[in-house]
Amino acid sequence: MSTHEAHGTYTPTTGIGKWIDARMPLPRMMYDSFVAYPVPRNLNYAYTFGGILSLMLVSQIITGVVLAMHYVASTGMAFTSVESIMRDVNHGWLLRYMHSNGASFFFVAVYLHMFRGMYYGSYKAPRELLWILGCIIYLLMMATGFMGYVLPWGQMSFWGATVITGFFTAFPLVGEWVQQLLLGGYAVGDPTLNRFFSLHYLLPFMIAGVVVLHVWALHVTGQTNPTGIEVKSKTDTVAFTPYATIKDAFAMMVFFAVFAYFIFYLPNFLGHPDNYIEADPLVTPAHIVPEWYFLPFYAMLRAITFNVGPIDSKLGGVLVMFGSIALLFVMPWLDTSKVRSAVYRPWYKLFFWIFVADAIFLGWLGSKPAEGLYTSLAQIATLYYFAFFLIILPVLGLIETPRRLPNSITEAVLARSKKSGAQQVGSGAAASPEVRG
Amino acid sequence: MKHIIATIGAAALAMTLVLPGANAQEEAAGAAQEGTVHYPLKHPVEQEWSFAGPFGKYDKAQLQRGLKVYTEVCAACHSLNRVAFRDLADLGYSEEQVKAFAANYEVQDGPNADGEMFTRAGLPTDYFPSPYENPEQAKVANGGAVPPDFSLIAKARGVERGFPRFVFDVFTQYAEGGPDYIYSLLTGYGEEPPANVTVPEGTHYNPHFAAGVSLAMAQPLYGEDVTYDDGTPATIEQEAHDVAAFQMWAAEPHLTERKEMGFRVMVFLVLFSVFLYLAKKQVWSRIEH
Repeated sequence: MSTHEAHGTYTPTTGIGKWIDARMPLPRMMYDSFVAYPVPRNLNYAYTFGGILSLMLVSQIITGVVLAMHYVASTGMAFTSVESIMRDVNHGWLLRYMHSNGASFFFVAVYLHMFRGMYYGSYKAPRELLWILGCIIYLLMMATGFMGYVLPWGQMSFWGATVITGFFTAFPLVGEWVQQLLLGGYAVGDPTLNRFFSLHYLLPFMIAGVVVLHVWALHVTGQTNPTGIEVKSKTDTVAFTPYATIKDAFAMMVFFAVFAYFIFYLPNFLGHPDNYIEADPLVTPAHIVPEWYFLPFYAMLRAITFNVGPIDSKLGGVLVMFGSIALLFVMPWLDTSKVRSAVYRPWYKLFFWIFVADAIFLGWLGSKPAEGLYTSLAQIATLYYFAFFLIILPVLGLIETPRRLPNSITEAVLARSKKSGAQQVGSGAAASPEVRG
Repeated sequence: MKHIIATIGAAALAMTLVLPGANAQEEAAGAAQEGTVHYPLKHPVEQEWSFAGPFGKYDKAQLQRGLKVYTEVCAACHSLNRVAFRDLADLGYSEEQVKAFAANYEVQDGPNADGEMFTRAGLPTDYFPSPYENPEQAKVANGGAVPPDFSLIAKARGVERGFPRFVFDVFTQYAEGGPDYIYSLLTGYGEEPPANVTVPEGTHYNPHFAAGVSLAMAQPLYGEDVTYDDGTPATIEQEAHDVAAFQMWAAEPHLTERKEMGFRVMVFLVLFSVFLYLAKKQVWSRIEH
């Protein structure tokens, strides 16, 4: 029951249905993937963010395509064209606030999705490729988000672009060449804005492509679940439709309600006031800060204030920043534990929650100036971030005694519902991680 | 990091490109920021605004008063480039009133059939003209600081709220940091600077200024600077409040429309969520999970 073919119950009834099915069975594939597809019966709300993310991608692409109809990618016109969208285009303010806040909520959802994967061990065999494809999507999202932030051509757009492309000069030999390739010159200017616009339009479609691979890989291995035990029998699963569909739809609407609250009532809460000042290469803002979703990495970059042998602090900071993302890719091989779910790993559970707190703390530090106590705290927090992957994950798997695992998903479900008696509803949320960004 | 910014900053300075309309240059006169002194010295004073909260809307009478303060006081130095005369219909003016208002301004047009530029009376489709020909002229006239454009200033200013206040702000829907800052700055003049603060020559001490101890702009409002048509007493607080509200409107003209639509969207999403929850409960009641 692990591949598409294995659970095919699609039987076309109409003549045209049979005709299509014999030639190009797309309806069969959709039916098998989103109707008959078996999902574990014990999935909680932490498992709804995949669906939410695909909806966010669609929303971003639709609003983005319309915004691109009104946007002018030139240093003289970019800021003005965005303002004309805000003032004169019909519902332009709505499109733009949906798109700019949509980027933030895309990242909210992806971080919750990733933390869920880490908590329930979704990256472990046989789902390593599924996890890596997810990491690639995340990397593409970061590139898209960064380039999108440059387009309104405000002060933070310009100076953020200047600082981030400047990272590449830290690399010996190729650094300057890479930077000039990104900028299309020696400084951020018209060529930079034009290529960023082009790539900002391209990358979401690449994301969509990798999402297809991500979902394909998911449908080969099947989903994990809060117990971390593989599906063993038919009683362990329910059909995607209606069970997962209705649960996902409810979660999506709740997520959209929070999203709408920001669009309509706090549309500039997650942005920086300086980005309402047109870019000026002659005036440097007092504090250059990236968007909130990059702040943890920014904090780690700035935490390296010392030289290590031939590596100066600048290169060191950049290596630490890229390294912190690279570690995600190799996470499946760093974790030595055979048990997937943190529910049965008391020590991992503790270190995981410290890791979540550490990441949020790093985000806060990233918004503070890099001086005095903040730098020392950032160094400690960076140390924990790396220790979590490089020491805690490998060592814990060898020394930790996991709790007794149930024999099957069904057994776990029945044991829990027996314990909680008549109170069925809401029991699924008991094991769900409460992560708030 | 400092090295990176320094290198890049130098490279950027080397660029001689000055963007047209780069008018938002801050009057950072007291820019001699040293060490870890954080500005502003005093946090903005939170004010009551008609446009705050989920049902907030602009008070048209207030916007009209704010327009009067802008045109009679601020407009001598500050431009309002992104606002057209036609936009003033939002303030409750009739088409005729907007036409008459626009006609008070002289705008440059052309070239005509003879290739000559000419001036004519303003039309509703024209934008507020700038008080200066170019940023250089503005700079020379104002002791080296360009008076920032007012079109977006209410969204382009905001003093960092800090933890945990920014968390509470989500629930209180605090989004008036810009107007609060403007009000505080305008009413923040006149204090004697503390003994340990040196005010650079030609600048004016204001503890509410976000980028230093003092700014190039002298105190602009004293009270009784304008005579309000609706008879409202023109105290300095009233004037500051009105002009800050006017600037918020200039920066976010669709705010009222946004909040009205927001309420309808929220009602829909919450009701739809409730129905979906009930449906989900029904579906999942068939099985233990």
